[in-house]
Order: sequence, then C-alpha cells, then structure tokens
Amino acid sequence: MAAARSPRGRRVTSAPRPLPLPARSPRVRCGAMRPLTEAETRAVFEKLGRYIGENIQLLVDRPDGTYCFRLHRDRVYYLSEKLLKVATSIPRDNLVSLGTCFGKFTKTQKFRLSVTALDFLAPYAKYKVWVKPGSEQSFLYGNHVLKSGLGRITENTAQYQGVVVYSMADVPLGFGVAAKSTQECRKVDPMAIVVFHQADVGEYVRNEDTLT
Amino acid sequence: MAAVRVEEVLAAAEEQEAEKRRSITVEKELELEFDLGNLLAVDRNPPAAAGLRGDVPRREALLRALARDNTQLLVAQLWELPAERAGGAGGPLVARLPEPAFRLPREKPPPRPRPPTRWEQFARLKGIRRRKRTSLVWDEEAKEWRRRWGYRRAGGDPARAWLAEVPANADPEEDQFARLRREKRERVARNELNRLRNLARAHRAGTAVPAAPLHPTGHQSREELGHVARVARVSTASLGRFQPRLPKEPAEPPSRNGGKKRRFEPLLGNLAAERSRQLELLRDMGSKKPVLDITRAVNKQLRQEEAEAAAAKGKKQSKRGKRGRRQQRVGRSSKRGGARRQQQQRPASSSSSTAGGGKRKKA
Repeated sequence: MAAARSPRGRRVTSAPRPLPLPARSPRVRCGAMRPLTEAETRAVFEKLGRYIGENIQLLVDRPDGTYCFRLHRDRVYYLSEKLLKVATSIPRDNLVSLGTCFGKFTKTQKFRLSVTALDFLAPYAKYKVWVKPGSEQSFLYGNHVLKSGLGRITENTAQYQGVVVYSMADVPLGFGVAAKSTQECRKVDPMAIVVFHQADVGEYVRNEDTLT
Repeated sequence: MAAVRVEEVLAAAEEQEAEKRRSITVEKELELEFDLGNLLAVDRNPPAAAGLRGDVPRREALLRALARDNTQLLVAQLWELPAERAGGAGGPLVARLPEPAFRLPREKPPPRPRPPTRWEQFARLKGIRRRKRTSLVWDEEAKEWRRRWGYRRAGGDPARAWLAEVPANADPEEDQFARLRREKRERVARNELNRLRNLARAHRAGTAVPAAPLHPTGHQSREELGHVARVARVSTASLGRFQPRLPKEPAEPPSRNGGKKRRFEPLLGNLAAERSRQLELLRDMGSKKPVLDITRAVNKQLRQEEAEAAAAKGKKQSKRGKRGRRQQRVGRSSKRGGARRQQQQRPASSSSSTAGGGKRKKA
C-alpha cells in the first residue's frame, strides 16, 4: 500500500485494508444456535403430533434427563442438556450437527420432518402400517406403498393421517401419510397408492451427503 | 381544579394542639425575599452580633433558631400557593411552584474551546483563509450550471468514466481504474483517520467533544434527526425517564437491544421453564383439536349443500371464485395431499369443474 506524504513531508499511512474474510456458506441466515421461538415450536409440535399425537410430552418431559430442542442453521435438533452444554463450546461455523436432527425449516418457515427422527417416532407412533416383504425394497427406494404391498394397517386410520411404516418383522422403515382410510384400503384395487412416501431409511444411503 | 385554601385547616389544627406546637408566627424587621420556584428565601436581617461571637453551643442554638424561623416563613409562603390534588381525589396535595427567578450559578466550569486541528494550525501559520465555494459550477460539455458534487454533477458521472489516461511516469501494465479506486479509498480512509485523531485530541485535552452531528444543519435525513432527537431525550439528569414526549413523537417502547435485530431466548436458559412452557403449549394445542374438527365438518356440509344447489340451478354462486382458485391449486401440489384441501375439493368436484371453468373464462 502506498504511503502518502503530507505537505510537510511527514508519512501519513492510511487505514489498513480489511482482511479478506473466509468464504461462508451462502444461506447462513442466523448462524447462532438458539432455542425455538413460540411459532417454531408450534410448527414442530404440530408436525410431530401428526405422527405420535399426544405422546410428544413423553419426548419433552423425559424421566431420564432434560432434553431440549435447539435450532442451528434452520435445522431442529433434539439433544440432552449435557450434550447441549458441551456443544456450546464449538464455534458455530464448525458445528455441523448435534444430538438428533428432527427436521429443518424451509425458506418459507415450514417444518419438514426428516428420516433421522424415525428413532423417536417409531416407539410412540399411533397409526402404523406394515409392508409386505416384497415391496419393502420398493418403499426403501422412495416409492409409495401400493395396496398390493400393504400387509397390515392400524384400525380407524383416517385419510391423510401421518403413519409410520414398518416391515413385517416390526422394523421401522420410514414414515408417510395414509392416502386412504382403513375402510377404503379394503375396497380399493391393488395398484392404488395407500401410503404416500415421506421418508425412509434408504435415504441414509441415497442422501448421505445432505443428511445431518 | 379549584385551589384549596389550607390556611383555615392549619389554624383549626393549631387551635387543637396549641400547647404542644410552637408558634408559627415569626417576627422579622425586614421581610424575607422569596423565590419559590427555587424554594429560596433570602433573609436580609442582620443577625444578633452578640450571639454569633459567643461560645459554640450558644451559637449553634442561635443559628438553629434562625434556620427554623426562616424555614417556617418559607413554608408559610408555600402554603399560600395554588395547590391541587395530584392523582385524583385521594392523592397528595401538590403546590404549583412559579417559575424560578433567581439564576443559579454554573455547577461545572464552562467548556473550554477545543484545540485546533492539524489543518487549522497549518492554515493559521500559512495565513490560509476559508473561501466560500459556490454551490454550482459551470459545466463546459453540458453548457449549463451543474452541482459541484452529487446527482448530475459537473464533469459527468464518475462511475461512467470510460477513459483513464496512463500518466507518463506510470507502469504501462498497471490498471488505472483500479489505481483510481484504490486512491479514492485511501483518501477516504485517511480523512476518516484524521477526523478521529482530531476527536481524540479534543477528548484528551478535556474539552467538550464537538457535537457537530447533533446540531441541526438542515441537510439531515429523517433517520439522523430521529437519532439526534433520541440522544437529546436521553441527555438529561434522569437519562430521559421523565422527559415528556413532543406532540407528534411516537411513544417508544424501551428496546433492550438498543435497536439491534430481534432477540431470542438465551441458549442455556432455564431448561425447566422451557420444558413447562412447551408442555403448556402442547396442552393448548391438544385441547383445541376437537373444536376445529366440528367446524370443518359443518363447513364441509354447507359447501356440499351449496354445490348441489349450484349444480341444480346452474347459476353462478358467490363462493365460486374461491372454489375455482382452489381447483387450480390442487393441480400444482399433488404429493402433499393436505386433508383440508382434498376434503373441500371432493364434494365440490362434481360442480366446480363447470363452475370454476366458467369463472376462469370470465376472468
């Protein structure tokens, strides 16, 4: 940087040029980890409630420890208090994930549940769907469940009710939305969709790099 | 509010306690001078000289009696003022003081003039005087008077300058535009540095830092004036807590952030409170569910009836615009299959195809 000279011949150095900042990811809106606001909590609970109903309070109020939800880079994480205290010591740019990611908030502030929440949805699910062994793989590839692949379904499932999908061996495969109520499932033809696919454990392999 | 005369009240109370209370009448040769706005009473009576020369306890007693008498007279004057009940009927009696007449001397010394800046020293030395610049400059190319700087300045828009000559002594490979930008940046930075240095020098010398940005110039924007007004409001002894608002000034709620962006709960705040809040939220959410379902069912039933009526008559209904638009939206998002949308569509599906289509054609 050139040093200018004042009329008296004294060196006058100008202010130093600002250092080039490291490149940041473009969509970091609020980088800090923070608790959910009232509206965000409501959105998350509404979404969770579609699958597990009033069992959410078993998630919120656990006998074996204090667990909480935290928002980090638009993703909602569920973690214990102990883990949270440890996570506060990691710089926010380096922090990728903490605890269990339940889902993320989209650009328009809608909450999308992801497959990583399955471990918490499966034990508390109210409405379940069992899939025949033949069409398990089809579901794990991301396709909807057809009537021909439907093994069992919980009684009085309403239409468009959130359901958790299991294999016949009671292994949770993912979750989705019931396309038909239980009564209609009995009457409909074998090629009709009965469960809309939303998330499955195959995503762990398919979307390996985008899951946190 | 009517002024309450309390002298009668005082005299009545006096008569009841005449033995215990001291006399409230004070005899003075010269009347005291009162400035009730400052709660000031000036006693020009010469004190008893013998008493002041005596020993300390007698002097103390004399001074105390003098103070008591003068205070009595001042308080008597205060009771003469027009008074009112503050805060309604049961509130305390408050006297309305007149404007203060006595000019109090300064508490702190007057501010010293700030030390001259480096440029001012240099200018004084060289005898350079400030020349008033004209606001408009004659522009040869445009053949008119243009501003010296700013919008449509004389000399053209600097951002559009397409030619930058390479000076004779410069490196031919150097980027002249980059050089001009860099030099401008350096000039700005140097000016800013010098301004801050001058401020620091004034601050170190103990003089009042020039509050130039706080004085009205006539060229300030709305935000600047708002900021200045806020600073002025806070610059009182009570930090603006008892400052009345101007007629059109909006009532500003105290922002703990100081105008920064929105505030969230602390990260490691009270987790038990957070948990209880979430449980309460869950309870509220859970309790409302059946009510909404009934409403939805009723609405669905009504719409079904309306759709049937519309199909039977074949005339346009009032709600068709919404149904037509809803029909369009279904086509876009097929996967989500929201319960509400599909349920509303199905009863209306028989008639909305014609009705919605009719509305769309018209639009």
